[in-house]
Amino acid sequence: MTEPLLSLKDLSIAYKVGAHDTIAVEGATFDVQPGSIVGLVGESGCGKTTLARSLTRVLAANARIAGGEAVFCGQDIVALSERAMNGLRWREIAFIPQSAMNSLDPVYTVGSQLAEVLTRRGGMARAAARKRSEELFEWVGIETNRLGDYPHQFSGGMRQRVAIALALALDPKLIIADEPVTALDVIVQRQILDQLRELKERLGISVILVTHDISVVAYVCDRVVVMYAGRVVETGPMAATLTAPAHPYTMGLRNAFPDLAGAAGELTPIEGSPPDLANPPAGCRFAPRCPFAEARCRTDAPELLPYEGDHLAACHRIAEAEALRARAVASETWEIPA
Amino acid sequence: MRDTQDPPLIKLEAAELHFPVGGILAQLQGRSTVVKAVDGVTFELHRGESVGLLGESGCGKTSTGRMLVRLDKATGGRVEFDGEDISALSGDALKRFRSRVQLIFQNPFEALNPRFTIRDVLAEPLENARIPKAEHEDRILRAMALVKLGDATQFMDRYPHQLSGGQLQRIVMARALILEPEFVVADEPVSMLDVSVRAGVLNVFRDVRAKTGITAIYISHDLALVRYVCERTIVMYLGRIVEDGPTEDIVANPLHPYTQALVAAVPVPHPDQSHEPLPIGRGAPDPRNPPSGCTFRDRCPRAFDRCAVEAPGPTRIQNRIVHCHLHAPET
Repeated sequence: MTEPLLSLKDLSIAYKVGAHDTIAVEGATFDVQPGSIVGLVGESGCGKTTLARSLTRVLAANARIAGGEAVFCGQDIVALSERAMNGLRWREIAFIPQSAMNSLDPVYTVGSQLAEVLTRRGGMARAAARKRSEELFEWVGIETNRLGDYPHQFSGGMRQRVAIALALALDPKLIIADEPVTALDVIVQRQILDQLRELKERLGISVILVTHDISVVAYVCDRVVVMYAGRVVETGPMAATLTAPAHPYTMGLRNAFPDLAGAAGELTPIEGSPPDLANPPAGCRFAPRCPFAEARCRTDAPELLPYEGDHLAACHRIAEAEALRARAVASETWEIPA
Repeated sequence: MRDTQDPPLIKLEAAELHFPVGGILAQLQGRSTVVKAVDGVTFELHRGESVGLLGESGCGKTSTGRMLVRLDKATGGRVEFDGEDISALSGDALKRFRSRVQLIFQNPFEALNPRFTIRDVLAEPLENARIPKAEHEDRILRAMALVKLGDATQFMDRYPHQLSGGQLQRIVMARALILEPEFVVADEPVSMLDVSVRAGVLNVFRDVRAKTGITAIYISHDLALVRYVCERTIVMYLGRIVEDGPTEDIVANPLHPYTQALVAAVPVPHPDQSHEPLPIGRGAPDPRNPPSGCTFRDRCPRAFDRCAVEAPGPTRIQNRIVHCHLHAPET
């Protein structure tokens, strides 16, 4: 395996709420290889967006990185000075937000916003910036004559392409995309995902794709990191993790997703809701919703351990994963005990 | 599209919902145009049917839903409910109609008054319908049981912000169902919910249908979800119906080129899937300026001369209706 582009070790992020710290992300550990798309999956409030944002060190005023490291190309993002971090943004690590509408300035044309990034951040001359803008628009599939248009003149999907063009402007090595297709219709969603994949192959960039949708992961990602209530519960190659999940939460997610390619079948919800992070349960945080939880799950937090090769899971019953998978398929398994 | 002797509960005949765009000045100068949100939609719904209205944003599916419950009045054509033209309803007749049809909103976090307890939220429609107070408690408990909020007493005196998204959406459904309507329109009811709870709400929807026999329209852009709750699907594009038929047939063998792209675009939650480019042109439909003839032709990979001059009419193929010249009989 080559040297990872980004390596997270025990990264924790805390929000100060009142007099207390709420740990939103606890001990996140995973790698991102060069030229790969890593899906960061979980429900709202699981810490996936907080984790993604921490990698550009753009966090809410009451949030801070509470521990661990995030080594990007040999330097720890956590320890960098604000000035050095600012040097990384756009040039090395770029961000695509969920809603491009909120990230583009409505009073400037998209062309001038691109030019600003290229000249101010990238130090390009105006003519070179113009040429580069045209090239970027071609890459993301927008006609270059639209550089003079304002954000409101674009549809949602086109705006998202503009946001991708902006992210690519200075040739970053890593793009962090926070739910980039969630607000879009399926056809546009598919076209944007195809675009990301093509760019990965053509430019060798890596992408961390934050999403709640395992179908999106299955379509475009090489690896997947599953988060639950602030912790990484499973990580591995996409195909292995989705076809043979080792953590009951991932097994449950799979049951809750409709599959257009398969028989109509039944969908099984995971009963209950994620814990309050201000007051998390002891032990495994999924235990209160887990049909396979045992006594030790409620007292000891399981560590992230190898299941098969570089497929890891944080579950006390990891050795029985195959048997649990077989039971997890049945919807009765997930019914709450009366 | 079942063959039944019963008269349909819902009947749309060339229904239109056109909105003027442009300000007063544009109208005075005669420059005003209309957006044809719904442009000549015809279909029937029989009692107990559950039909998905499927399409991209701007296709007119939500406008059609609003027209069906008369939140918007059709600007052309006819919308009938139980044999009556609902555009003509007023006064007591309109009130009666309103108690027979309901809308379930997309965002449960915004659909409920934050200052009302759950009991107040559910009692409000009962009060509006002048149901005697003595019956309220019983009706509320029954509605909550229907949406599987079994231990109702634990929720009754809470406020919306104290409930999770899945619980809130069940309350929204309970409120829509509490007057025992005959017809309900659900507009993307699970799009704001997390995946692990979405399945639960969809199961409640199926369950309610089985128990009450309610007639339902389910509006969504996600065919995988529509397939889970509707036996029949109507696909819309730029204000018009392109295909209408049994959901399973549409999933297995879509006939209209737009439906074909839509089916191919739905991602599936496992690794073995096609990465072929979609059979559809880029770009988004512009409702203010649709192409002549077939409105899909500028994105259609199989468009030919006739598509630009003539809007395709309905062609019946077995139990399906397709609006496409590729399937039209030779003329």
